[in-house]
Amino acid sequence: MNENLQHRIRARLLKVLHFVTLFIAMAIICVPGLWVVLNSFRPTVEIMAKPPVWIPNELNLDNYRAMFGAAGEGGVPVLQYFTNSLIISVTSTAIAILIGMAGGYAFARYRFKGKSGIFIGLMLTRAVPGVSLSLPLFIVMAKTGLIDTHLGLILVYVALNVPFTIWLIDGFFRQVPIDLAEAAEIDGCTRWQAFWRVEFPVARAGVASAGIFAFLTSWNEYALASQLTRSTFSKTMPVGLRDFTSEFTINWGGMTALAVLMIIPALILTFLVQKHLIAGLTFGGVKG
Amino acid sequence: MSRFRPPAWFVLLLPAIIILAAVVLVPLILSFYSSFTPYKLTRPETLYKWIGTFNYEKAMKSAHFWAAFGRTVLLLTIALNLEMLMGLGLALLVNKVTYGQRALRTIMMFPMMFSPVLVGFQFKFIFNDNVGLVNNALQSLGLTDRAIPWLVDGQLAFIAILTAEMWSATSVFAILILAGLFAVPRDPIEAAKVDGCTPWQSFRHITLPYVMPFIYIALAIRSLDVARAYDIVQIMTNGGPARRTELLWTLIGRTGYVDAKMGYANAMGYISIFLAIIFTVYFFRKLNAARSELGMAG
Repeated sequence: MNENLQHRIRARLLKVLHFVTLFIAMAIICVPGLWVVLNSFRPTVEIMAKPPVWIPNELNLDNYRAMFGAAGEGGVPVLQYFTNSLIISVTSTAIAILIGMAGGYAFARYRFKGKSGIFIGLMLTRAVPGVSLSLPLFIVMAKTGLIDTHLGLILVYVALNVPFTIWLIDGFFRQVPIDLAEAAEIDGCTRWQAFWRVEFPVARAGVASAGIFAFLTSWNEYALASQLTRSTFSKTMPVGLRDFTSEFTINWGGMTALAVLMIIPALILTFLVQKHLIAGLTFGGVKG
Repeated sequence: MSRFRPPAWFVLLLPAIIILAAVVLVPLILSFYSSFTPYKLTRPETLYKWIGTFNYEKAMKSAHFWAAFGRTVLLLTIALNLEMLMGLGLALLVNKVTYGQRALRTIMMFPMMFSPVLVGFQFKFIFNDNVGLVNNALQSLGLTDRAIPWLVDGQLAFIAILTAEMWSATSVFAILILAGLFAVPRDPIEAAKVDGCTPWQSFRHITLPYVMPFIYIALAIRSLDVARAYDIVQIMTNGGPARRTELLWTLIGRTGYVDAKMGYANAMGYISIFLAIIFTVYFFRKLNAARSELGMAG
């Protein structure tokens, strides 16, 4: 009886401990992010208050109004940055997906000499740190006139995303049984038709998740963009964040407002594909 | 009629190879060449002067370089290990939850959406010595009565950067390891329980081997873009104050763009590239080993 009770108390205690630890961990994950969102709706006085104001007294859209306002009144060409980011990210993602599909299909379906060598070689291009790459890229782009243009950044992001896209898509095509395509070919499809009508629909979710991943990488990239863009006509939003900093002070209110604008598209996309994303990463890696 | 027709796999891979050659390989060859010249952005003619391995020797002899090198390796090692352990812990915690697990998984992905620059600004604010959350919390809890200079003191700044880096990357590990935990078969664990294994023993000998490949995938993915920490560091301290948080990447960036010594910066860049490649190849090999242990190689 006594032993039984002891056992129950221990189980209860473990449960409470588990709950408390989980709660603390989740709080640590959420608070810094939510703090940014909260600050974007508060006047600067309250953001910089000491001791901090945890529960806001006043919420308003002043920071957003100022950000979209005219230059000189704290306004930043946000819409231009947003459009730049969108054009660059969407175009580079689309191209990276096409190239990645071709490459991933080649790795998944063909046997050839030096396959793993080429694969590792492609992956290693991704391991080159952005700063080390940005110096020579800066020189090349300055010479070819691609600096400070959308096209320049698009090319860079395609190259940045292709290795990872190939890795993911390769994993997804491997999951599609090869018999499917062969059956379609016996039924009179060409290899091209078999791909689009049979194999692609099955692996579509995986391709989509690779696309989101590529999009997020381009959307959030900073190290290269900060060096390869100069003017408002090509600056992306991560670079735009710096507009709120001056020599010694930072306009936190304005910056958090732009940050929220940056997070929203990322948030929506990530939630849309979270299930496929996990499946893609793990299958691509484990069964590859 | 004996026209050469390239094999299909080659045609399919060609676009990828072309774009990577144009954007990564050519610039790298150029930078490899320029690392043997005293190239300065302000003086283009210096690109044609060959000085041999002078830049490399200069880097090898530079105390600043080695300090930055050591700090980078230290940061990578500590960050990757801690992220891995905390990710594993978080995944185990979430895996035990039966109700509302989907919501928890969604929350867990929250930091992944934050651009590293943003993470940098965010933690710069949080660790601000005057109005930052950390100091305010410590002071109102009565743990300290003075403002701790988080981003000014070298060691404290290292901790602050480490915290920011871990906040942004731990969830990647947690998500991937969680996916691994789902794949662990139930039967062996039940059997181990019947045979009288302690929870620790069944974790150590059954769960962990199954999860290991997933841990290495996470490490491999992370090592591919670990230099993203550059964004965080550049915003939070930019290597300062007085080089006390200088990492290889900030040192390269400053030498190249601010001092305009491209040749020297490229020489150091090459050393950082080799560092990255060593980390990546190491984890890919570990991944293959873990895979074949589970009979998943192919």
